[in-house]
Amino acid sequence: MLTCKQASQLISQSLDRPLSWSDRMQLRFHLVICSACNRFNRQLNQLRAAVHRIRHDTENDSSILLPLDAKARITSAIESKNH
Amino acid sequence: MQNINDWLNEHGDYLYRFALARLRDPHQAEDAVQDTMLAAIKSNSFEGESSARTWLTGILKHKIIDLQRKKIREQPLSDLIDLDASDTSMDDFFDKSGHWIDKPQTLDMPDSALEQKQFLAILGKCLDKLPAKLAAIFMMRDVHELDNENICKELGITVTNAWVMLYRARMGLRKCLEMHWVTG
Repeated sequence: MLTCKQASQLISQSLDRPLSWSDRMQLRFHLVICSACNRFNRQLNQLRAAVHRIRHDTENDSSILLPLDAKARITSAIESKNH
Repeated sequence: MQNINDWLNEHGDYLYRFALARLRDPHQAEDAVQDTMLAAIKSNSFEGESSARTWLTGILKHKIIDLQRKKIREQPLSDLIDLDASDTSMDDFFDKSGHWIDKPQTLDMPDSALEQKQFLAILGKCLDKLPAKLAAIFMMRDVHELDNENICKELGITVTNAWVMLYRARMGLRKCLEMHWVTG
């Protein structure tokens, strides 16, 4: 029988590696009876979806520009490299 | 080096956004773009088969990982070794018998564009509150989508260490969201 602590560790690891068959079975059984761990599972999936969304929005936000002063610094770094 | 300045003009904004989305720090994003441009001068490997943007983005990805690795390595080694042990900091979340002390709540995800923006702002603040090395490994895994094997190789840590660090990062982030975002 998994404790909630063990179940939460497996839930997190399931985002990083394929769980073994026995881990999967134990976790599935735990999730049937534990609403708190179900909500935790959902939270982690929501978290991952949200950070993907942030990444996507930032990448595609054409109002974000390389600041002019940063550009000037990079240009002069390039020039000093060339001389 | 006419080319390089053209590239900076043409792709600088895109590369900066790409770096900012992964590093979340404007200064570091600038450093990453600069390192990319300098590496592009040194290397003559651009064949013109792929687009310049694709080629530069490939270099940038490595520079971003370099910066994240540096951020993690700046932390004292003892912090990393601590992670191996019995995981005492999780005492805040579980009692001795392994039950939740505060049961996770339902997070109502944002519907409207405005709510979406607020939610993302809160998540950003929650990431800022995490210990820097946990935030960095979380970004490497869940934002940069490096696989665990590469993360371990980059950081020189064991796979178990990586799982524990990612677990702690996610645990902290979801708790922070619960506290600062409306729960159902």
